[in-house]
Amino acid sequence: MSEATATSESHAVAGQPVDPHRATDGHDQVHDVPDSTYIKIAIALMILTAAEVAVSYMDIGAFMVPSLLIMMAIKFMTVILYFMHLKYDNPLFRRLFYTGVLLALFVYVVALLTFHYFE
Amino acid sequence: MSDATLTEPGTDPEFIDETAIVESTVGTAYDGTDEEVVDHLGHAHHTSTGLSNTKLAMWLFLGSECLLFGGLIATYMLYRNRQGDAIGPDQLWDIPFTSASSFCLLMSSLTMVLAVSAAKRNDERNTRLWLIATASLGGLFVAGQVYEFTTFYREGLGYTTSLFSSSFYTLTGFHGVHVSVGIVMLMALMFMLLRRRVTGDKAETVEMIGLYWHFVDIVWIIIFTLVYLIPA
Repeated sequence: MSEATATSESHAVAGQPVDPHRATDGHDQVHDVPDSTYIKIAIALMILTAAEVAVSYMDIGAFMVPSLLIMMAIKFMTVILYFMHLKYDNPLFRRLFYTGVLLALFVYVVALLTFHYFE
Repeated sequence: MSDATLTEPGTDPEFIDETAIVESTVGTAYDGTDEEVVDHLGHAHHTSTGLSNTKLAMWLFLGSECLLFGGLIATYMLYRNRQGDAIGPDQLWDIPFTSASSFCLLMSSLTMVLAVSAAKRNDERNTRLWLIATASLGGLFVAGQVYEFTTFYREGLGYTTSLFSSSFYTLTGFHGVHVSVGIVMLMALMFMLLRRRVTGDKAETVEMIGLYWHFVDIVWIIIFTLVYLIPA
């Protein structure tokens, strides 16, 4: 075992147990993800985008907006988990970003509902 | 005493002597509150959180950007039907055209992640190649947005025409500026890599710009659905 690896195993990073196969500074092991995986994910994103556009042209009534929002959420999560490597990174980064997203969602949904209520 | 592989800042990863083990300097240059961490290349550096300071700062920045774009999107959602007698979204949107420019931005996320992947493998040639591809796709997106704005303006939708137009141009304009800043960063990084001006961990530098780039992509994923696809 290299000395560097021994050092990495001796630390618990930001309160998280350290995976011995993961660098301790929050860097993911991106070189473990083959490029072909990224290409498959991009194809899935393309298909989802095409499905979104197709749904926007279809007359599916009340299902239209929820289905568009679900596809948008899937695309959003796919990019942040795989392309931004949050799936492989230290959980602290995930928590930081989710805090921002959820705070924005909460504040602005409340603001919009308030405007809607008093309109 | 723990040992770690230490390298001089600015050292090219290809020339790292992986066997160069030196005594840890923790507690000599620092006040003892910091930790020493080891990155994916075996470099040791100091941080008080145990994580890369640069990466932590970038994620904090992106978290705060969510609030900026959240405000702009909420404002647009509030005013999307406030066009009065002026031209509205139903008469303006060209969904096939916007879908094509969205496709460009989505594919730029793929080329960006391939650039990061190449950088992690110390493959500088492919890193530069994918960075140029990313900047080009981003450029296509911005060109599409300029064309779209010009068309809308000619059709009578000025910035102050209605509450709808102001909120639409502000939201998509802010996003366009973010993409443009991203293109400048990508090109600057590409030339810095070419001239070997990037100091420290090159892969981390590429990854940080990649995080920013993916963020502008996810913002567009939301804008495309909420602004263009969901009927007003």
